[in-house]
Amino acid sequence: MANKLLSIEKLSIGCVAPPGESLANKTGAWRTQRPVFKQKDCTGCRACEMLCPEGCIFGDPKKKQFDFDPDYCKGCGMCAVECPVDDIDMVMEEK
Amino acid sequence: MPFSCEHGAKSAYDVTHRNAEDEPVASPVPFDYSDRVLKPGYTSCLGCGEALAMRIVAQAAGKNSIFTNATGCSEIFTSRYPQSSWSAPWIHSLFENSAAIASGVYYALKHKGKLEGTNIIAMGGDGGTADIGLQCLSGAFERGDEMLYCCWDNEAYMNTGIQRSSLTPLDASTTTSPSGKASWGNDRPKKDLPAIMAAHGIPYVGVGSCGFYRELPAMVKRALSYRGPKYLQVHAVCPLGWRSDPAQTAVLARLAFETGCYPLYEIIEGRTKPHRPPKEGWKHVEEYLKPQGRFRHLFRAADGADQIVRIQAGAATNIRKFYGDEAVPAFAKEAENKVAEMAEKKAPA
Amino acid sequence: MAKEILEGAMAVAHAVARCRPEVVAAYPITPQTHISEELSQIVADGDLEAEFVKVESEFGAASVVLGASAAGARAYTATSSQGLILMTEVLWNMAGMRLPVVLGCANRSLSAPLSIWCDHQDAESVRDCGILQLYAEDSQEACDMHVLAFKIAEDRRVLLPVMVNLDGFLLTHVFEPTELPDQALTDKFLGSYEAVLKLDVDDPATFGAFCEPDKCMEGRWMVHDACLRSLPVIEEASAAFAKAFGRASGGLIEKYKSDDAETILVAKGSISGTIKDVVDEMRAEGKKVGLVRLKVFRPFPREAILAALKGAKQIAVVEKGGSFGAGGIMSPEVKEVLYDAGLRIPVSGFCVQLAGREIPPDGIREIIERVSKGERQKAYEYFRLKKELLPDLVP
Repeated sequence: MANKLLSIEKLSIGCVAPPGESLANKTGAWRTQRPVFKQKDCTGCRACEMLCPEGCIFGDPKKKQFDFDPDYCKGCGMCAVECPVDDIDMVMEEK
Repeated sequence: MPFSCEHGAKSAYDVTHRNAEDEPVASPVPFDYSDRVLKPGYTSCLGCGEALAMRIVAQAAGKNSIFTNATGCSEIFTSRYPQSSWSAPWIHSLFENSAAIASGVYYALKHKGKLEGTNIIAMGGDGGTADIGLQCLSGAFERGDEMLYCCWDNEAYMNTGIQRSSLTPLDASTTTSPSGKASWGNDRPKKDLPAIMAAHGIPYVGVGSCGFYRELPAMVKRALSYRGPKYLQVHAVCPLGWRSDPAQTAVLARLAFETGCYPLYEIIEGRTKPHRPPKEGWKHVEEYLKPQGRFRHLFRAADGADQIVRIQAGAATNIRKFYGDEAVPAFAKEAENKVAEMAEKKAPA
Repeated sequence: MAKEILEGAMAVAHAVARCRPEVVAAYPITPQTHISEELSQIVADGDLEAEFVKVESEFGAASVVLGASAAGARAYTATSSQGLILMTEVLWNMAGMRLPVVLGCANRSLSAPLSIWCDHQDAESVRDCGILQLYAEDSQEACDMHVLAFKIAEDRRVLLPVMVNLDGFLLTHVFEPTELPDQALTDKFLGSYEAVLKLDVDDPATFGAFCEPDKCMEGRWMVHDACLRSLPVIEEASAAFAKAFGRASGGLIEKYKSDDAETILVAKGSISGTIKDVVDEMRAEGKKVGLVRLKVFRPFPREAILAALKGAKQIAVVEKGGSFGAGGIMSPEVKEVLYDAGLRIPVSGFCVQLAGREIPPDGIREIIERVSKGERQKAYEYFRLKKELLPDLVP
């Protein structure tokens, strides 16, 4: 199978890359602010989950619980703007 | 800071400092990317409308898809060797041949009897589609080759640094159509690419938006229910190139539609179905233009207002085209009259 | 199998059909057109089960066969001149992605001014990209080299696109007795194409990623290395072809009466036929002349050329191209091989045909006589240039 021929240590013939290795690139390191999911007024509309460009917001609409994956969140703030009940705030990253 | 919050929505830069006690608790749901076609870790900018659109469309197409990609942002940010974001088969060849590569894949699968159940999704930006890529696109579509072609329309050659394309709107400032003392920016209207694609007699043409992200999966599914070539153009806000607030990407995309600047519709088997009009009525183009740095010069120059009137008149034309004359709001008709007056004044005696 | 009198282009089309390409995409251009027309007729008659794609340009043709090859299909295209250089971007891409596409080129001159007639500037202008190049002397070789091309391209030690060159009009439009490769033998010789890596939903991979400077040079070098590694593969395939089909159409070079020759000509393509006639005449006069014909131009078969030329007293490289503003194409490459071996045999370069200029036997004879006197050309010479046509130029 192709996957066995494709490593990330050595170049493959034709520089063909294996699938999905970008998971190793934790773009969360980019951000200067992060979302805070207050979980007070969430209606489970899933707007945040659907419009995150990175696709790193996950949630359960029935339980009305949503959160972001800090490994990939770039801190763009789209989720905070989009939330119809203002249940997401953006805060500065403090490290 | 070039970002504008004048329309009242929340900005990513309106931040609050929190203490350690306010840190969120552990996530209630697992972060599971195993079924994703496009894995995270791609290097798109913050708030990238193209990344959003492509993520949704790729997911809707599913893993039984072969993707071809033109050179451009979407290709560059998902294929930094060896860290590809693609977990489905994907090929990038050149800037201008995404559609022809897709044709080649189609004929190979057809010959091998492996076409059934496999989607062929060709992708490109507005540059790789409307300009340098138009020849291969038209050839593939004229031949009736099986593919869904997706154009991420961020209205300029963004990957090379914001140069003007044929889909750049009137008066937008780009690096090759900059505003200046002797220029209002891009001096041509946006090329009607969906009309060109519809002229190939294809079963589906869709024009969607990253701001109407909930509708994209259904558009993809509708397109893929047809055989032959299909075209889907998605308005993709580019915070970098448009000089807009990354957090406002979806809001801005919706304003583009709600002002009539970017009509959304589908042409299904030759019949045009416009997007339902905005619930709160059509908005003035200024609401869309003001938050964008690429139109800032229109608000600073003394006679920039005349250019805004022209843009408003253009929006009026769009509204009339898809919703009829009665739908055009009074302020938009006023703009059209004003444009006619300006033309009369300029005409030689 | 019997020989048939066939037009060169038609013979090539049938030879290609016998290789069972799965996807064929070709755009018409004189003098290649008969190849693509005949292939489309063969498909239309049901004699070849293939997808014949009606592309909108040569760029489209090359892109379609690249995509098809990436999806695991055996793919073929044919072109000439402007069409070939329009494909240039794609050829680099094919080589870089290591896709074994076969391309037939009916060599024709490049605009401007426009000429539909033969020279080698088209193929030579894409010599750097990693596409292997074979040159046929006659119709038979043009057919057989196509079979060899698929064999070499698809070999897992190579995996590069291969171009088979045949002189425009001089071979494409000339009728010669040709034996088409037997279908059963061809099927056995080639087998079906099984890609190592391909676009496959059950085994996904990413083709054509962008690669940063810390790794990309090695990626490029691997193409160069694959070209060099193809040399023994070409020899192996040629030997196997000779065994299976009984014809010595393969090989890296042909040595024609050159083993004891004092003056050796170096050439490629159909002009070799004229040269061989002159060599025969002059040998009958007792002159020690010979020809080393390149069958493979890329990779440049350095060792074979060195071995064949090292005994010569003088060498004339007879070309159908040139690098404007510099010199020849083959001439410097021949000189480099000799120089690197420490041999200072005088090498003179001649451009004998551009845009279909006729080169009769007495022209070849003149070149041999001049060079045999021991005179070495100090610069690449455009042979028998009609100075009376040239305007008065300010000196």
